[in-house]
Amino acid sequence: MLYFLQQLINGLTLGAMYGLIAIGYSMVYGIIGMINFAHGEIYMIGAFLSIISFTLLGILGITWVPLALLVVLLIAMACTSAYGWTVERLAYRPLRGSFRLAPLISAIGMSIFLQNYVQLLQGANVKPLPPVITGGFVLDTGGFPIRIGYIQITIMLLTLVLMIAFSYLIGRTALGRAQRACQQDLTMAGLCGVNVDRTISLTFVMGAALAAVAGVMATLYYGVIDFFIGFLAGVKAFTAAVLGGIGSIPGAMLGGLLLGLVEAFWSGYFSIEYKDVAAFSLLILVLIFLPTGLLGKPEIEKV
Amino acid sequence: MAGRVLSDSAVLPGRIDWPAALKESALAAFVALVLFVPLVGMQTVRIEGGTGLNFRFDWVLIGVGLVAAGRLLLVGMRTVRPGTIAAVAAPVTRIPALLGPYATFLVAAGVVFAFVMPFLPFANRYVVDVATTVLIYVMLGWGLNIVVGLAGLLDLGYVAFYAVGAYSYALFAQWFELGFWECLPLAGVLAASFGILLGFPVLRLRGDYLAIVTLGFGEIIRIILLNWYAVTNGPNGISAIPRPSFFGMEFTRNPDEGEVAFHEFLGISYSGLHRVIFLYFLILILALVTNAFVLRIRKLPIGRAWEALREDEIACRALGINPTNTKLTAFALGAMFGGFGGSFFATRQGFISPESFTFIESATILAIVVLGGMGSQIGVVFAAMVLILLPEFGREFEQFRMLLFGAAMVMIMVWRPRGLFAHRDPTIRLHGVAGIAADGPERP
Repeated sequence: MLYFLQQLINGLTLGAMYGLIAIGYSMVYGIIGMINFAHGEIYMIGAFLSIISFTLLGILGITWVPLALLVVLLIAMACTSAYGWTVERLAYRPLRGSFRLAPLISAIGMSIFLQNYVQLLQGANVKPLPPVITGGFVLDTGGFPIRIGYIQITIMLLTLVLMIAFSYLIGRTALGRAQRACQQDLTMAGLCGVNVDRTISLTFVMGAALAAVAGVMATLYYGVIDFFIGFLAGVKAFTAAVLGGIGSIPGAMLGGLLLGLVEAFWSGYFSIEYKDVAAFSLLILVLIFLPTGLLGKPEIEKV
Repeated sequence: MAGRVLSDSAVLPGRIDWPAALKESALAAFVALVLFVPLVGMQTVRIEGGTGLNFRFDWVLIGVGLVAAGRLLLVGMRTVRPGTIAAVAAPVTRIPALLGPYATFLVAAGVVFAFVMPFLPFANRYVVDVATTVLIYVMLGWGLNIVVGLAGLLDLGYVAFYAVGAYSYALFAQWFELGFWECLPLAGVLAASFGILLGFPVLRLRGDYLAIVTLGFGEIIRIILLNWYAVTNGPNGISAIPRPSFFGMEFTRNPDEGEVAFHEFLGISYSGLHRVIFLYFLILILALVTNAFVLRIRKLPIGRAWEALREDEIACRALGINPTNTKLTAFALGAMFGGFGGSFFATRQGFISPESFTFIESATILAIVVLGGMGSQIGVVFAAMVLILLPEFGREFEQFRMLLFGAAMVMIMVWRPRGLFAHRDPTIRLHGVAGIAADGPERP
C-alpha cells in the first residue's frame, strides 16, 4: 500500500510534465489539424535553456532559489516561445492548404533539424545540472518510508497554477475566444473578423511556453538532459494527448496524468526496461479502440 | 481551411517600400536575436566541478546579421521580381521534362553502368562498398515508395521491418544453420506478416495517426531487440552471421574439406574483393527486382487501387474498393521488401545490433522517398545518391548531414510538396481524360 502511494506520487509528477507538453499537441491539433511533430524538440530546447540560464545565474551570483527559478522560467518560456513561433512561421504556415501529409513531413524535417541544431551548438554529451531544489518530506509510518521531494511538490504546484491561468486564458479572454472560434471553423472565424494567422501563431507560442516549463521541470527533476530527450517525450506526450482526446485541453492534462501513472506503476511493479513499450502499446491500443480519447469529440469526415 | 493567397505571386513588380522592408528585416533580426543569444551565444561546457559557459557572441552577431540581410533580400526580390524564388528551383524541376524523350535510354545506360561499374579501373573496395550502401537505400526507398508514394500511407517505422528481416536471417542462421538463400524468402514472409499484424488493426486510422502508430511500432521492436537478451543478445547484437554463397561456393581462401571455393572454381587467385563485388551484384539484382515488381504492380488493379486510394479514399469506398485490404497489401508488400533489405544488410555486415535500427534510419529512408518525389522511382535513386554520397565527400559533411536532411525536408515541402521529381499522374488513364494536377492544393 505504501509502495503504491510512492508510485502514485512519482506517477503524478511525471504525468504533470507529460500533460504540459501534451497541451501543446492538443491545441495545435484542435486548430489546424496537424500533429506538430517538432513539439518534443521545443520541450528539449526548453530544457537546454534552463541549464544555460541556471549556469548563467550561477555565474552572476544569483543563488536564492525562488528568484533563480522564476528568472529561469521566464527566460525559458520567452525564448522557447520564440522558437515555437519561428517554427510555425517557417515550416507550417506556407503549407496551409497543401496536401494532408505535407505539414507532418515538414514537421518531421523540423524535428530532425532542431535536434541536430542543438547537438551541433551545445555538444552531443549529456548535460548535468547539480540539484537546485533538494530535500523533502519523509513520511515514515513504519515499514516503507514514502518520500515526497520538494521538487515534486514544486512541479505539481506549478502545473496547477499554470492550468488555472491557462483555463482563464482560454475561457475568459478575447484570445481564448478567438482560439475556440478557430477550432470550430477556421474559415468562418476569419470571416467574422478573427485574425486567423495571429491566433494560430499565438497558439504555437502558448504551446511552446508550456513545453518550456515542462523542460525546466524535467531538468530539475532528472538533473541530466541531452539533445535526444525531445523524441521520446514528444511521442509520449502525443500519446497523452490522444488518450485524453486530441483537441481537448483538460483531456490533454488528464491523459498526461494517466500516462504518468501507467508508466510509474509499470516500472514499479513489472519491468523498468519495458516502460516505453507500455507507453507505445497504450498509444496503439487507444488509437484502435478509443480513437476519440476520453474527453474528445468524434470526428466526422466530410466530403 | 482558410484559402490563403501567397503574397509571392500576388504582388506585381514594383518599387521597394524601404521603410516597410527595413521594418520587416529589423523584426526578423530581433526574433533571431532572441533565438540565438542563449542557444548559440552560450555553450554549456563541462568544467571543474560542474557546468560552465563558453560565450561566443560573435556567432550571434553573424547569425543575426545574416538573418536580417536574408530577410531584406527576400522582401526585395519579392517586390522587384515576383516569382524569382520559385524560378530558382525551376531548373531542377524541369530535369524530368527535359530528359523525358531520352528517359528509356538514360535508364538503360544507368543500369548497364551499374553492372560494369565494379570492373572499371577506378572501382576499388571503397567505391564498391559505398555503391552497395547506396543500393541498399535505393532498394529500401523503392520498397517504402509502395507504401508512401503509391498508397499514400506515411510509414515512420519502416526500419522495424528492416530489423525483422535482419534479425530473422541472423537467428535462423544461428539456430537452424540455414543459408542466406533459404532465409531470404523467409525473412520477406516474416516481415510481411509483421506488416499485416501491425497493419490490420491500425490501417483504419487516419493518415497522420497511422504515421505515429508506425513510429511507436518501430520503437517497440527496437526496445524488444534491445532487452530480450535470451534471443537477441541485447545491445551486444549478433555476430558471426554467415556470408552468402554463390551457388554453394564460399568466398573463402581455404574452403572446408570437400567444398569448392569461388576462386578455385574459376581458377583465379583469391581476392577479398570477390565477395565485396558479389554482394554488390546481389543488392543490385535485389533492387532491380524490387523496381520491376513495383513498376508492374502499378499497372495491375491493386496498384491502380493504391493510387486511387491516395487521391480520394471516400470516392474509392463508393466505388467498392475495400480500403483496409488495399492498404494492407501495400503495407505488407512494402514490409516484405524491407525484410529482404534487412536480410541482405545482415549478411553483408556479418554483425547486427539494435543500434542500426533507430528512428533516424526510418527518417533517412523516408527523406529519400520524400525528396525524390513520392511515387517516383528514378527520384529515389537520385535522392539516395545525394543523401548517402554527400557525407562521403568530406567528414565535415557528416556532422551537418542530418541538419541538412531536416532543412531539406522542410524546404521541399514548402516549395515542391510533391518532391523534386514529382510523379503524381495516374499510371494508367482513360483516353483523353486529363490527369490530376501535379501540385494542386488538395482538399484538407
